[in-house]
Amino acid sequence: MPDQTPAHEIRPVTQEIPERFIPVPTVEPGHTFASVTDHISAIVLRKKMPFLWWVGLAASCFGVMVLTATIGKLVLVGVGIWGINHPIGWGFDILNFVWWIGIGHAGTLISAILLLLRQEWRTSINRFAEAMTLFAVSAAGLYPALHTGRPWYDFWLFPYPNTMTLWPQFRSPLMWDVFAVSTYATVSALFWYVGLIPDLATLRDRARGKIARVIYGMLSLGWRGSAKHWFRYESTYLLLAGLSTPLVLSVHTIVSFDFAVAQLPGWHATFFPPYFVAGAVYAGFAMVLTLAIPARKMFHLEDFITMKHLENMGKIMLATGLIVFYSYCMEAFFAYYSGNNFERYMWINRVSGPYWKMYAMLIICNGVAPQMMWFRRMRTSTAGLFAVAMFVNVGMWLERFVIIPTSLHRDFLPSSWGMYHGTRWDWGMFIGSMGLFFFLLFLFVRFLPMISIFEMRTMLPEAQAHPEGHEA
Amino acid sequence: MAIGKVRTGTYGVIAEFSSPADLTAAAEAARDAGYTEMDAFSPFPIHNLHEAVGMKSTGLSSMSALVLIGGIIGGIGGFFMCWYANVISYPLNIGGKPFNSWPAWIPITFECAILMAAFAAVFGMLALNGLPMPYHPVFNVKRFDQASRDKFFLVIQARDPKFDLDTVWKFLEALHPREVVDVPW
Repeated sequence: MPDQTPAHEIRPVTQEIPERFIPVPTVEPGHTFASVTDHISAIVLRKKMPFLWWVGLAASCFGVMVLTATIGKLVLVGVGIWGINHPIGWGFDILNFVWWIGIGHAGTLISAILLLLRQEWRTSINRFAEAMTLFAVSAAGLYPALHTGRPWYDFWLFPYPNTMTLWPQFRSPLMWDVFAVSTYATVSALFWYVGLIPDLATLRDRARGKIARVIYGMLSLGWRGSAKHWFRYESTYLLLAGLSTPLVLSVHTIVSFDFAVAQLPGWHATFFPPYFVAGAVYAGFAMVLTLAIPARKMFHLEDFITMKHLENMGKIMLATGLIVFYSYCMEAFFAYYSGNNFERYMWINRVSGPYWKMYAMLIICNGVAPQMMWFRRMRTSTAGLFAVAMFVNVGMWLERFVIIPTSLHRDFLPSSWGMYHGTRWDWGMFIGSMGLFFFLLFLFVRFLPMISIFEMRTMLPEAQAHPEGHEA
Repeated sequence: MAIGKVRTGTYGVIAEFSSPADLTAAAEAARDAGYTEMDAFSPFPIHNLHEAVGMKSTGLSSMSALVLIGGIIGGIGGFFMCWYANVISYPLNIGGKPFNSWPAWIPITFECAILMAAFAAVFGMLALNGLPMPYHPVFNVKRFDQASRDKFFLVIQARDPKFDLDTVWKFLEALHPREVVDVPW
């Protein structure tokens, strides 16, 4: 109705809109297709890297050397160099495996689940998080491969017709693990690479050096941005996201089956799959924050990884942290409600037995620390987020420690009781696997665009223009 | 195209635009003018542009079918592998359970289905797109390296039945491009 007074004239805006009602943008205003492209590709194509990058690369390279040394010792001597012994046959190896695999899950969650949920803010962190997934899975894969004691026979895990006429035992959760983790690693790598193809073409076109042009050119497979290609490409990307979503949930479910299928108090529980999946997402977002906060500072990416991203990750950390803490409570409830003496003893021993300090620290790290994320001031402060993320990283490692050695060290017969401590080789390998993870990450940010350039272009307002936009 | 055969002559005529809206408008104009053999190039996916350049398929259909077939093959294959190994080839009595204890094989069946579906998606996409293709005539265009940055291109190919160098050139010029050049093979 033309004679009606417009709403904003009836109630004119007389006061400033409070800051908390102004949405934080996912890309800072003022960027164009060209500026986004140039800014992100320049990180890869420039000659000089920041001094801190070299420091990080050197430190992580040292970690890789520690890893090589510990693997060498392990191959020469055997798993006896580790702290495992009866009754604790699973120690740091499976602990660190579960910790690393869990960290990887956030990458797939960001790239697949948040894509399907149309959470546009995921765009600037997905590439980085997917790389983190790949490297975390690589670090995780070391442990089961090496804990067999004779890693040169690891290929026996795969089903192939052989002269021994033997087959793997497919009813075993450990075989499920082989398939789950290898599928996860493969699909994550495919998803990551498919996402990279258009950006590799950008790098091919922007690179100055001949070697860089040839390498990026080969990796980009001759991508030329054809409309027909883009159409199939987008369908594929969406389908891969749809495949990765149940996959990522299945992987940690199957990892939890390693425990839940065993008939051991403290492991044999129906709530393990959701508990593990939530824990994985929780740990993963903490690791994404741990990496993203320094990286956006080091490479001046504040325009693309805005406070909105960090705050949203803080919120997801809070939500999944609460699920994890709820699981701790349920663990106590099930132990009590089962009416089983062994179950009850397991929980009482977990809280007040020889490893009570681990449990107390676990509750501080995973129960208390994430509560800080209720406060907006903490969620919007990089220092606050980083501190909470560090608590979570430690907490999730402690969680697996509490689940694994604490459940094993009090066997059914008191004559079989024992204690477990990691030896220096255990710690060496753990530090070494962190070295490998960070080493790969430092190389990744040097040679590949850490933010998806083509997806950032679609985030810009000028990309939304349609032919109808001519009249508007 | 074929290895060892050198093609000469003109691949087509290409026009450069500076916004996604201009490119879509140009592609639609070319389609309305009756051109069928053309392609558009952009630094990011543009909604419905594939239809403007004459691609028939709608929705997710062709890729989805591939992925479904891959998933079914993977699932059946994975289950068969477990069944054959643990029932036929090497039956093992585990806790008195039946040899055909199929629920224990569901995790591996599922993982194999996902793996094959993902392979079908990625390699199917690359195959249908004709990638990898390191050489393509459009790379001969000097400014085509901007197609992966912030410029938008429309090419009308010489194999189009309506193709005539001068007419196509004039037609593209009329769409207010930044530049029109011809593309040699």
